[in-house]
Amino acid sequence: MGAANGHNKTPRRILSILVNNEFGVLSRISGLFSGRGFNIESLCVAETLDPEVSNMTIATSGDEQIIEQIIKHLRKLIPVIKVTDLTELAYVSREMVLVKVHAEGDARAEAMRLSEIFRGRIVDAAQKSLTIEVTGDDEKIQAFLDLIRPLGVKEIARTGKIAMARAQKG
Amino acid sequence: MAIKLGAEMVLEALRKEGVEVIFGYPGGAVLPIYDALYDSGLRHILARHEQGAVHMADGFARASGRVGVALVTSGPGATNTVTGLATAYMDSIPVVVLTGQVPTSLIGNDAFQEADTVGITRPVTKHNYLVKSIKDLPRILKEAFYIASSGRPGPVVVDLPKDVVSSEAEFEYPETIALRSYRPTVCGHVGQVRKALEMLFTAKAPVVFVGGGVILSNAADRLTQFARQLGVPVTMSLMGLGGFPGSDPLSLGMLGMHGTYQANMAIQNSDLIFAVGPRFDDRVTGKLETFAPKAKIVHIDVDPTSISKSIRVDIPIVGDARAVMGQFLEELGRNEPPKEYFDHLGHWRGRIENWKALHALDYDRNGSRIRSQYVIETLYDLTGGDAVVATDVGQHQMWVAQFFKFDKPRTLLTSGGLGTMGFGFPAALGAKIARPNETVIAISGDGSIQMNIQELMTAVQYGIDVKVVILNNSFLGMVRQWQELFYRSRYASSCMAMVPDFVKLAEAYGAKGFSSAAPEDVVPILKEALAHKGPVLIEFRVAEEDNVYPMVPPGGSIGDMLLV
Repeated sequence: MGAANGHNKTPRRILSILVNNEFGVLSRISGLFSGRGFNIESLCVAETLDPEVSNMTIATSGDEQIIEQIIKHLRKLIPVIKVTDLTELAYVSREMVLVKVHAEGDARAEAMRLSEIFRGRIVDAAQKSLTIEVTGDDEKIQAFLDLIRPLGVKEIARTGKIAMARAQKG
Repeated sequence: MAIKLGAEMVLEALRKEGVEVIFGYPGGAVLPIYDALYDSGLRHILARHEQGAVHMADGFARASGRVGVALVTSGPGATNTVTGLATAYMDSIPVVVLTGQVPTSLIGNDAFQEADTVGITRPVTKHNYLVKSIKDLPRILKEAFYIASSGRPGPVVVDLPKDVVSSEAEFEYPETIALRSYRPTVCGHVGQVRKALEMLFTAKAPVVFVGGGVILSNAADRLTQFARQLGVPVTMSLMGLGGFPGSDPLSLGMLGMHGTYQANMAIQNSDLIFAVGPRFDDRVTGKLETFAPKAKIVHIDVDPTSISKSIRVDIPIVGDARAVMGQFLEELGRNEPPKEYFDHLGHWRGRIENWKALHALDYDRNGSRIRSQYVIETLYDLTGGDAVVATDVGQHQMWVAQFFKFDKPRTLLTSGGLGTMGFGFPAALGAKIARPNETVIAISGDGSIQMNIQELMTAVQYGIDVKVVILNNSFLGMVRQWQELFYRSRYASSCMAMVPDFVKLAEAYGAKGFSSAAPEDVVPILKEALAHKGPVLIEFRVAEEDNVYPMVPPGGSIGDMLLV
């Protein structure tokens, strides 16, 4: 968990982008990806400590050359302040998922057990279902979903990934 | 500080930016600005279509190096600028387009003549703004001009809601720009410059490759000095023509799909390409895998995204071409190439001369039909090459690139990236306004000229003395050429079976018209047209099924050319 695949060469990349928090900036960024045929796997945006600046985390994929082009094109947009390819660094990433799972009889106990194993929380309970919140990195979320799915998942919502470079040690 | 109306702020900003002429077309949402323009002393050229207005501003910018300005209304006025913006964007031309917009209270309401201008123009502009509050107006106008003209230039749209330009506020035009996120690189990395020069000194078969960046950054004089000092042969992209004198013995002419035999052969056999301000577009490289297989590549460009986009570069240098060429000249002042460098170069130039001799650009001069190439050569001879030439898009454009030797920058105005038919004539009008003392010629085809022919009225109304030469082959010639070569001569819809009587058309607009199909008329008609004061429309009915050669078939290697 956590330390994520710091230096591996998988085509998946996590970009952290600081942008001026202004009208239309999201469509400039998403338009750049769609206009040039780049792929967005997930995208999260929110304000930073400085209310004039937002942070975007974009998960994307492509070979070295495509990623290089994506980063250069992002840097070229006027409201973009800084682009960091977190995949090049040690970083932590998290995603949150909400799962509404069928939970009657034995399944109810199993769902609660799985929630506990994955340090999830039950955020809504009904007669026939439970809604579980789980937070973690890619692997953990995937493992949880793989195990919960056989119980009968009714609905799922994911936040998309947020990420941050690790602090320098020492 | 003074209280000013938003509309007055706009005009005051234009004055501060040194703007003297605006190309535009009024309408409801932009009336407050036109009202302020009424007694402002700024010159306004009323185009007959907003697309024409933007191409004029673009031609003005290309010919002068200054920012061109267009002013249009909301909705259809703004959407009509899109082709002009995309044209300027692809060729990195500094243009500021001011668009009217419905009042902020109506935005999003599907109001009359409302369009999402910022949304529509985002992919075809370097940047764009919707001014939501008058307090942002001075800053945005300042930024718009700065962004349009700095770094890799490009068009900027400022969308101006009617209530914003109709309200009043304190006006102070900012002296400086405070953009924390936009700081274009000017000077190149010194270490890279040295490395590139060393690489050049050890090259045995180098070629300098000039792109549009040389012209945009006014680097032509420095680049020319550099290439001559080192005796390196020079080839140019379409946008780079004029960046190095076309009549210089070192010039190989244009490279690429319709490049000269010697230029393409030199590139394919070179061991070093010293590229200044090109973007290695597909019309230049042909099949990427086989482009210049033996060459190391030095690439100077102000835009990092142009570097290693399609071609892997060995020594990238990010910076303004003029500044970087200054650095190279400085280095060259301190270092001389080794003696054997010039021996290698002598041998290399010998090989190039052989290619030149083998397949020089040529055509049959003895037929009974007028050849387009002949008209272009004649124009070159009659003007001594001393003219600004705008083109449209197609065969005539390639023949101009091949047969008119451009010796000076900003003398060829052509839509290289987007390939916009209908660009040339309005661009020529803008150029003539920028450079009133020079001969300005628009060379067009029977297809292209009919897109934006309405600007003939603008030319006549303002007495803009542009000579339009239409090479009428009764076809969309380049489309027909591709159909002949790649679609078994099935000329689907490429035959312009009917065109207007161009002489009567010219006269209907109040211009002078000529027309002929006889080769012996070419010289006298062009002489008379060039001597005439005022706009002239000349039609030459030329050989119908003529092809542009050499030609690299699409997707092919640039070493494999179809020759005459």
